[in-house]
Amino acid sequence: MAKSENELTWKDIEIGAAVIEPGSAAAYRTGDWRSQRPTYDFSRCLKCGICFVFCPEGCIGQNQKGFFEANPYYCKGCGICAYECPTRVIVMREEEEK
Amino acid sequence: MIGKRHGIEVSIALADAVKLCDADVIAAYPITPQTHIVEHLAELVAEGELDAEYIPVESEHSALSACLGSAAAGARTFTATAGQGLELMHEVLYVASGMRLPIVMAVANRALSAPLSVWGDHSDAMAVRDTGWIQIFTENGQEVVDQIICAFKIAEHHKVLLPVMIHLDGFNLSHVIEPIEMPDKQGVCDFAPHRRSPLTLHPSRPVAMGDFAPPVIFTEAKWAQEQAMLVVKPTIVEIWEQFAEKFGRTYKPVECYKCDGAKNLLFTMGSFSETAMTAVDKLRQAGVDIGLVRLRLWRPFPFEEFCAAVKDAETLLVLDRCISSGGPGGPVASELKSALYKLDKKPKVVSFVGGLGGRDITVAGFEKIIVDGLELAETGQERIFEIVGVRE
Repeated sequence: MAKSENELTWKDIEIGAAVIEPGSAAAYRTGDWRSQRPTYDFSRCLKCGICFVFCPEGCIGQNQKGFFEANPYYCKGCGICAYECPTRVIVMREEEEK
Repeated sequence: MIGKRHGIEVSIALADAVKLCDADVIAAYPITPQTHIVEHLAELVAEGELDAEYIPVESEHSALSACLGSAAAGARTFTATAGQGLELMHEVLYVASGMRLPIVMAVANRALSAPLSVWGDHSDAMAVRDTGWIQIFTENGQEVVDQIICAFKIAEHHKVLLPVMIHLDGFNLSHVIEPIEMPDKQGVCDFAPHRRSPLTLHPSRPVAMGDFAPPVIFTEAKWAQEQAMLVVKPTIVEIWEQFAEKFGRTYKPVECYKCDGAKNLLFTMGSFSETAMTAVDKLRQAGVDIGLVRLRLWRPFPFEEFCAAVKDAETLLVLDRCISSGGPGGPVASELKSALYKLDKKPKVVSFVGGLGGRDITVAGFEKIIVDGLELAETGQERIFEIVGVRE
């Protein structure tokens, strides 16, 4: 996409608001919807990947050290990963908390 | 180029005009008083006189939905409806205009239930005035035929690409037999050749139409659509001028009858204008200072032309065939008042509502409206609007 959604002016809109280039939901910043975010204490992590399996957004991947972590661009803060984590690595915190 | 005039029912003539324009797809759900239009088109397709896809559907909602698909594929698309049918199409009307699809629809105006009425009224047209369609009101059978031909050219013009409604009063126009001159086939083909939209569905050029717009982009999309609607008026006027050159009949967004120097003006839309003209003639002979302003183009509203037509008037008597319930009375009168707001010297507006659900207003009825209206303009109208001929 040449411009992101919030840069497009009305003059950039195609006739009838048609979409003329291929794309996917990959461009949607679902992380904007979040009110809570997952925080991690990796000292207890087993790298079991259960959070990865259960994430409905498919936004969890392994970081460089092999720990599973959500991508904040897509994570909408549902908390399923925190609920499923067997060793309580993940704690959901309010977005405005540090 | 003057052809032969022959007596024909206006609905049948309308269907013949659609044939002259070589429509590719017709979606049909017959509803009184529009029925004869699609019935005659069914005959024309069945007899091979019109090479079109005729889609009988199970509701008006489906009729317009079928039109969306065919217009998106680039086919010249026509449908017709009336009253309740137009209301059942309501949500799809926004989709058609939002997707900028050049669909042409004839609307045989009728009242909305309850109580059930199939007769002429403008309630259906006023209920859809904000749906983003171009709306043109016709006065007689000849205008219906001419405006259908112009509608295809307007809708498909690259500067327009918006759906068009041609309004004809149910029964008062749709079911009368009038002398009508049908334009010749070659003339219509030259005047309104098929023009394909720059964006149509095609496997080799894939596009997605009618997509999802989150809050971050919806305002921009609607503003783009509104800008398109605001700039179409000169194109419509230009197409009407081209029509006049080719076929000899002139159409304007706002038309004046005996308005020169008139201090008092009557305002009408649709087929009642013809009756009102006779009343104006009679009262003029009796020395009453009165002229008639008729509106042809309802959406986009021709603000400049309307203000120019009434700028020297002191009184404007407006007849609505619809009630804006619990609001300002007649929707047309309230819109005219808002159009006049920016003028320093505004005429007094006296609002009448009449001709509801097929109630006739005769020449004498219009004379009474004019005489009463002028008196109310002097004394001041206490009620928001006057209702014509109600039994108290």
